[in-house]
Amino acid sequence: MDAKESDRGGRVREAYALLRQGAVDRCEAEAKDQLPIIQVGTATCGRAAGALETLAAIREELDARDMAGRVVEVGCNGHCYAEPLVTIHKEGWPPILYGTVNPGIAKVLIQRFLGEDDPCFEYLLGGLEPHEIVPALKDFPRSAHEHRSLLKHCGVIDPEDFDGAVRAGVYGGLARALRMDPEEVIEEIKRSKLKGLGGAGFETWRKWQACRQSPGPEKIVICNADEGDPGAFMDRSLLEGDPHSILEGMAICAWAVGASIGKIYVRAEYPLAVERVRKAIGQAEEAGLLGENILGSGLGLRLEVFEAAGAFVCGEETALIASIEGRRGMPRLRPPYPADRGLYGRPTVINNVKTFASVQRILEEGWEAFERLGVGSTRGTTVFALAGKVMNTGLVEVPMGTSLRQLVFEMGGGIPDGKRFKAVQIGGPSGGCLPESLLDTPIGFKSLREAGAMMGSGGMVVLDEGNCMVETARFFLDFTQKESCGKCTFCRIGTQQMLVILEDICRGEGSMEQLDLLESLAEDIRLGSLCNLGKTAPNPILTTIRHFRDEYEAHVLEKRCPAKVCTALTAHYILPDKCERSCDACVGSCPTEAIWVNAKRIKVIDQALCIQCGACVDACPPQYQAVVRISPLADLPDRGEQPKQEKGDDEG
Amino acid sequence: MTGIRGRTSNWPAVLRVSEEYTMSAEVNFFIDDKPVQARAGEKILWAALDNGIEIPHLCAEREREEPFGACRLCFVEVEGRDLPVLSCSEPVAAGMRVHTRSERVDRLRRTAFELLMSHHDLDCKNCARNRSCALQKLAGTLKVSLRPKRFRKLPTEAPVDDSHAAIVLNPNRCILCGKCVWVCNQAGRSGVLDFVFRGLRTRVAPFRLEPLGDSECDDCMRCVDSCPVGALTRKKDPAESTSGPPGPLEQQQKA
Repeated sequence: MDAKESDRGGRVREAYALLRQGAVDRCEAEAKDQLPIIQVGTATCGRAAGALETLAAIREELDARDMAGRVVEVGCNGHCYAEPLVTIHKEGWPPILYGTVNPGIAKVLIQRFLGEDDPCFEYLLGGLEPHEIVPALKDFPRSAHEHRSLLKHCGVIDPEDFDGAVRAGVYGGLARALRMDPEEVIEEIKRSKLKGLGGAGFETWRKWQACRQSPGPEKIVICNADEGDPGAFMDRSLLEGDPHSILEGMAICAWAVGASIGKIYVRAEYPLAVERVRKAIGQAEEAGLLGENILGSGLGLRLEVFEAAGAFVCGEETALIASIEGRRGMPRLRPPYPADRGLYGRPTVINNVKTFASVQRILEEGWEAFERLGVGSTRGTTVFALAGKVMNTGLVEVPMGTSLRQLVFEMGGGIPDGKRFKAVQIGGPSGGCLPESLLDTPIGFKSLREAGAMMGSGGMVVLDEGNCMVETARFFLDFTQKESCGKCTFCRIGTQQMLVILEDICRGEGSMEQLDLLESLAEDIRLGSLCNLGKTAPNPILTTIRHFRDEYEAHVLEKRCPAKVCTALTAHYILPDKCERSCDACVGSCPTEAIWVNAKRIKVIDQALCIQCGACVDACPPQYQAVVRISPLADLPDRGEQPKQEKGDDEG
Repeated sequence: MTGIRGRTSNWPAVLRVSEEYTMSAEVNFFIDDKPVQARAGEKILWAALDNGIEIPHLCAEREREEPFGACRLCFVEVEGRDLPVLSCSEPVAAGMRVHTRSERVDRLRRTAFELLMSHHDLDCKNCARNRSCALQKLAGTLKVSLRPKRFRKLPTEAPVDDSHAAIVLNPNRCILCGKCVWVCNQAGRSGVLDFVFRGLRTRVAPFRLEPLGDSECDDCMRCVDSCPVGALTRKKDPAESTSGPPGPLEQQQKA
């Protein structure tokens, strides 16, 4: 037996060494000319900011100047606030990252940096390696807590360049796993204490073990890339920037549980991810890393992409299975768990994209490196999509246990426009809103659950004093209700009843009895729903009531929206002593012509016509700041002026 | 006592339970402190009903291999479990102590029923199911009014489909128990009915929202027989009836 095992080990070692040497050789042969390398981040986020135009401008400028340079498309490196991003590798300089590179700046960079050796500090974000005169990205506060492991290849390697990925170490983990016995691989995952990063935080090794022990000739591994939280894009970034690591993680899982079929369940709304994953599968099959007898180990794995129609509930594993089987995406009761009876009745492991990326890192670098990071029972790193009222939006990867305060204020750079922090919404529609007092909560499955929020898949929306918490809860509940599959009573009708109450409160028509009903109904829905979509749907409400009860009470008792957001309780008003007679910027900005000019040339808002769009607030020049929001409506000064006649005069 | 953590650590053990389903040994356990006997692997709900103990339920079907679990009425307490469990999906085990009522379970049932009624087009006197309706029966069992005041009445505005010669489909009376969808999609049946839309708009309709009369429906009437409420009913003209005894309203009309 032992001799046979070592046979396999030897074959795998040899096959992998050959593969890697070939890749390294080809990469080095290509790099021999020492041409400068210009990397442009062309993931979906970059493209939205105009990266393809920047890419074209770079190519054009190089041609026009007859300069040599290798232009490479890479994934997203997480600095989404500064897209499009360009990294230039030039002999004699560290790799330098530039932000907000529009086609004009791109041409300047080619001309001045490549042509005249001026690193253009005015456009620089930072050097990627220490250097005497180039400020390094590492010295920024953001980098102090950042630990790039899952994202380490994103924005660094060309996702479509197989050799580059192999040279960077991808598939090294698979080669190591295939030299081990499947049980040893599961043991390695167990020691790393990896928990599923899809939201629930279930220990990965237990899923794998159960699937391995489940009888059945054919087993299936599924990668859940049905990312659906508003504002979350970690999975997309990984698939677009580093698809080979995900394929590798799935292959490792297939080896560990004995699966021969793999499916990657991606939203069809992620066309670039689908394209890059398909391409990566083709490359891996060609290199013998997928298909029959992988690296001579005897493992056979067929991987294919399943393009999902994009229902939030299909991220729930039983609904996901139903959806692949061609049925309506509705969760079913568990047990049987998918590990026992999953896709087409076969034992199935379903893990999130980030979980498979973690598996790759654990097998490549060893469980110790993974387990060293983190706190308590939650180890390793996790990726958050930082969005909302924060300076540096984008993807950040931090070790578990980092505090929310560090994440928002140090890595995110705090709140823009000098506003005050109010809350952070973690875990998307299933998560909760945590106030300032809980900002020192360390990130972890247990700690966040205790605080009333949820790790979720990693969406993080920062809210400032200009956000109304009741309205925020209403927004997320509206999403959950629309995305409910409609199967169970609590989720289908219960969320709608909660929504009705929230809408009443936002309109100032709520009562304290309704607020109590909201709380008790939320508890029932949490306890009574069939799947986690329903069970977690009340979280935004329960946490906002718990931490921001004063805001709810202000809406109910005083008919006042403290953040001055809820339109039914807020009015726009122009302060007569601040309004400048010679200015009428607001008048033109108003889409409903609600602003008129009185005899003293002071602007007045006709409340009957105003739709609370706020255009006049933005239009009023900052030196006047004459337009204010007022809530409750009772505080609106009555100036006793009649707009109708003035209007009539104007028209006449 | 061990709670959720205990359950997850027992997970492989839970899976092993499924292997016991195939064994037909009888197990002894307790429902509301009454000793009862049932086939190992039988679900608590059926074991209770077989022993004359009532547990409110709407969507459960004994023949259905995978319980649907949608109505959320059949919750019971099982000693040693932190959370209420669904009796339609929880298999009995030797020595298990089941309680069909508790403050928590009563509250969940009541809320679920009130929610259903808040989105039900209540018009009993014009409904063919009057006096044989599962909702009316439940209101009696749970001692909850058919018009609960706690929740607002949500508008029910789905179009009524009376295109079929013998069947009327009124989604506004539907409680989405899924029984009709299940029978319609059994082997050998036409597979016409399924759920459509999401959220509160979810309803049962023929494939591609065709009128039932234009669909591939083979008039087997099993959907009508399976409907516990007045969502799928026979057309009033008894001549149109193809099978089964006439409903109570028709009996009244004849009388």
